[in-house]
Amino acid sequence: MIQKFDTIEKEALEALEKEQNNDIPQIYVGCATCGNATGAQSVVQTIKNKLKKEDFKAEIKEVGCIGMCFAEVLVDVIKPGQPRVSYHGVTPEIAEEIVESYVINDDHRPDLALGYFGEGGPEDVERIDAGDVFKNQQRVILKNCGVIDPENINEYIARGGYRGLAEALEMKQEDIIGVLKDSGLRGRGGAGFPAGRKWESCLKPQADQKYVICNADEGDPGAFMDRSVLEGDPHSVIEGMIIAGYTIGSSKGYFYVRAEYPLAIKRLRRAIAQAKEKNLLGENILGTGFNFELEIFQGAGAFVCGESTALVMSIEGNRGWPKPLPRPRTTEEGLWGKPTLLNNVKTFSVVPQILSKGAEWFRGIGTEGSPGTAVFALTGKINRSGLIEVPMGIELDKIIHEIGGGILDDRKFKAVQTGGPSGGCLPEDKLHLSVDFDTLLEAGSMMGSGGMVVIDETTCMVDVARYFLDFTFEESCGQCVPCRQGTQQMLEVLNDICEGRGREGDIEHLLELGDAIIKGSICGLGQTAPNPVLSTIQYFQDEYEAHIKDHTCPALVCKNLIVYHIDEEKCTACGRCRKACPVEAISGEKKVPHKIDQELCTKCGICFQECPERFSAVERLTGKENLAAAARGRLTDV
Amino acid sequence: MQEQTSKALSNFEGKPNEVIPMLQAVQDETGYLPEEAIRDIADLIGIPESKVYGTATFYSQFYFSPRGKHSIKVCLGTACHVRGGMQVMDALERELGIKAGETTADFKFNLERVNCVGSCALAPVVMVGDNVFGRLVPKQAKEVLEKSDPEV
Amino acid sequence: MYKVTINGLDVEVEQGATVFEAAEKAGIYIPTLCYHPDLPTFGGCRVCMVEADGKIVTACRAPVTDGMVVKTDTEEVRKVRLTNVELILASHHKDCQSCSRNNTCKLQEVSAFVGINQDRMRQIRRSVEPVKPDDSNPFFHRDFTRCILCGICIRTCQEINGVAAIDFAFRGFHTKVSVLGDKPLKDSQCESCGECLVRCPTGALYLAEPAVAEREVESVCTYCGVGCGIKLGVRGDRVIKVEGNRDNQVNRGDLCVKGRFGFGFINHPDRLTKPLIKKDGIFVKTSWDEALDFIVDKMSDIKARHGADSLGGISSARCTNEENYLFQKLFRAMGTNNVDHCARL
Repeated sequence: MIQKFDTIEKEALEALEKEQNNDIPQIYVGCATCGNATGAQSVVQTIKNKLKKEDFKAEIKEVGCIGMCFAEVLVDVIKPGQPRVSYHGVTPEIAEEIVESYVINDDHRPDLALGYFGEGGPEDVERIDAGDVFKNQQRVILKNCGVIDPENINEYIARGGYRGLAEALEMKQEDIIGVLKDSGLRGRGGAGFPAGRKWESCLKPQADQKYVICNADEGDPGAFMDRSVLEGDPHSVIEGMIIAGYTIGSSKGYFYVRAEYPLAIKRLRRAIAQAKEKNLLGENILGTGFNFELEIFQGAGAFVCGESTALVMSIEGNRGWPKPLPRPRTTEEGLWGKPTLLNNVKTFSVVPQILSKGAEWFRGIGTEGSPGTAVFALTGKINRSGLIEVPMGIELDKIIHEIGGGILDDRKFKAVQTGGPSGGCLPEDKLHLSVDFDTLLEAGSMMGSGGMVVIDETTCMVDVARYFLDFTFEESCGQCVPCRQGTQQMLEVLNDICEGRGREGDIEHLLELGDAIIKGSICGLGQTAPNPVLSTIQYFQDEYEAHIKDHTCPALVCKNLIVYHIDEEKCTACGRCRKACPVEAISGEKKVPHKIDQELCTKCGICFQECPERFSAVERLTGKENLAAAARGRLTDV
Repeated sequence: MQEQTSKALSNFEGKPNEVIPMLQAVQDETGYLPEEAIRDIADLIGIPESKVYGTATFYSQFYFSPRGKHSIKVCLGTACHVRGGMQVMDALERELGIKAGETTADFKFNLERVNCVGSCALAPVVMVGDNVFGRLVPKQAKEVLEKSDPEV
Repeated sequence: MYKVTINGLDVEVEQGATVFEAAEKAGIYIPTLCYHPDLPTFGGCRVCMVEADGKIVTACRAPVTDGMVVKTDTEEVRKVRLTNVELILASHHKDCQSCSRNNTCKLQEVSAFVGINQDRMRQIRRSVEPVKPDDSNPFFHRDFTRCILCGICIRTCQEINGVAAIDFAFRGFHTKVSVLGDKPLKDSQCESCGECLVRCPTGALYLAEPAVAEREVESVCTYCGVGCGIKLGVRGDRVIKVEGNRDNQVNRGDLCVKGRFGFGFINHPDRLTKPLIKKDGIFVKTSWDEALDFIVDKMSDIKARHGADSLGGISSARCTNEENYLFQKLFRAMGTNNVDHCARL
């Protein structure tokens, strides 16, 4: 059987060699959703046209996301004998220049290059993998993302792919579970349940059919880790699922993918077909007699379907309502009442590597309680947004200030939000905390599936809490009272606070509601829904009080608590704000300082953005006195 | 309409786990879910029509009335929210004279909020069809509409 | 048998019994809104929460284990229940007096039990969107502002009636009980049996003509041979409503649309209360004795002149089995097998 795989591997390598002509330049374009959204496809087209026009031979490859979203569109060029040079912010025009200067000629254009990977690069550009972005990262789950062509199975095999499967097929099922247990792998979906134990509890029950489901219903707003893995390295997930199928004795697997991920679905379809062609999937895999089929099920837009029992309900054609306790575990009675193993994309994706490199290797990364790496979508008010992978145990501070390059526009850091709508916000004095399942939970937040949003001083924490509550309110399934009515009640209270109708006792009211929702809700969505509110009250209670007592939004965000005002001294009557105002609330003529009619003003903020920074005449004021003065139409009196 | 529905449903066997794929297939074909199509699906599988409707209305992907020619999706994922996505939404609502979730009277545009289109680095982001408009400020709302439909 | 201790009281219950059933056996009240003994459990209202072996669980669903220790009145339990009921009230119609279920409402009962207090309610944001009731059905209407989404009507329609005309639709706070297309009830597959109305714990489903009876009279439905037990609600000399008799072994309280709502004929002015005989081309009221004599005379006459087989009888589906049996006996005794039944035609 291993020999059979050796032949497949050999064939793949040979095919690659034939496909790839390493004597000519290789051009990689990041074509995941983020890249495409920024215009990667037109860059690819431009490069192709340019090469054709110049009659120059070079390989062009569409690869997945390397994680440097801040730098999209990314184009990498490897010339024979040269290191990989990376160009960022590439437009079709720049692409033409790169082809002209570097691909065809030898000017590597330090003005356009972001840097290079590996050794022996030009001195006038940075070595990226030794720089802040990558030196703190450790790529395990993302090792192939942005490096291989995800639509070519041979590239995956060439980097050790499917060897884990071949080795697993020679092992006893209990031994595979033993390796997983030894590795200490915890599920990457958010809760961090030990994977080995889950697999074991699915192996035990006798059943005529068992199922393997990959949970790719990534719904956290501000998270796209799973999508990137599916788009950049689909075979790793497929391989993990086949191993899971073999281990627990299942012949059927499902991908439950958000319908909003069309590219991931397309890449998965292609990868499944390729794996079948090579007898790595389908009937009699590698001649072992083991059969495994994979099917893609597209979600239809419901965050709660990330919860295992709701996901199963959804595949079965029902409303995605989680099953109330007490109920059998999904591993015992899941899809169609059969034992079902459900894991996150990243969990499946790392399994093949653990099997081929060993439990010890995996344990060597990260912390004792949380071995391995964590993948985060690092976004928000940060200089370098992107997809990162770090060893568990790294300090939050390192992620934000080194990998992320600090806060946008040199503003002041205020909080970091992890765990999405189930997580919480941590303030500056918690930045020394290490990133792992248990530490974050203790501090009032959680790992979650990997969203990490950085918040600066211009973000209102009450508004952030309201934002997440609005999300859970919309996504609550409606089955149980605490979540359905409780999230609505919390949202109403938060709306009141943000809009100047907060009452004394509201903070206690929120805390009490939070407690009842956590204790009373059926599923994880409800049980964690109050977290964003509770953690912001825990660390930023003063902001809540300012809103309630003084009608002050310290971050100048909450619309009803701020007024726009033009400082007469600073206004040069340039007229920009007046022309831009969509509701004609600004009056004034040449040389006469402008004025905002507070009754007409809708607080859209356009005048504030329009006023040139050198004047900064449009200001935002908050607090009871200013609001009252504005209401009287006599703001200048204050 | 009946023809489109039949075409969309022709490849299914009528198993209960096909409810959502069937709804998706019909919507792909007709743009929304007409009542008759829901009834057809219920009959094909042999389950109550109220149940199919209950399932369909649970998921935000499904629509029950005809939609605009261009679908404007305003991303309000966390990154877009903290970078002013809501102000962009306000501006689009003002320009179009409709609220999020509604369709313009001429069926040219419908406006909706979505959670994370995965272009967080470009926040705040608006998607019209397959086009992504990134790093927007409210005053660009009009420009987004003009670029999306030449007749605006 | 499992031994369970509830609030210090020992009770023995069958294996598989729920905490709620055990408490019931021990005579301990546990508030519930979505539980109904006729139906499978739902577990959505979260009002029946109790502490079982140190964990907070829903009593209606949690099965007992041997030696389980249950506490129904800890501070935590009281708090969770109270908040849940407060949250339901936050979006519930405020005016109890105008509600048909005033005084018989489950939500009132539970509210009183958990102890709703005005000071706490003042902190709660109330949001009851005015929605026009669905009055399309001639027999009963739906008021969504009084609906607590317990799903009892839905389970009733699915499990008792088997029609499944209604189901939950939409999501989260926007969830509502709906027919296909969120249309009025009359435009749906609803058969108007009213079983949902009977089980609705609040006034969300109410009679089109709400009526409280002065007295109840047990009877048997006259519509068909099943002979469902009914209770006639009477005011003065009028029958103002019909309810199924849960103690009746035939129907255990269930009724169909005719039996429950088709009682208008009882007090109808057109109803025949005396037999009529046509005299000189006009129907004239007469006594039963005269009418029966008349029938006997006529039938004997026909039999004598044309033979027994010139007679025939068609019985009614509104008769009981016993009456139908006697009817066919009567005709056979008269010498003919010509007997049939409307249900067969």
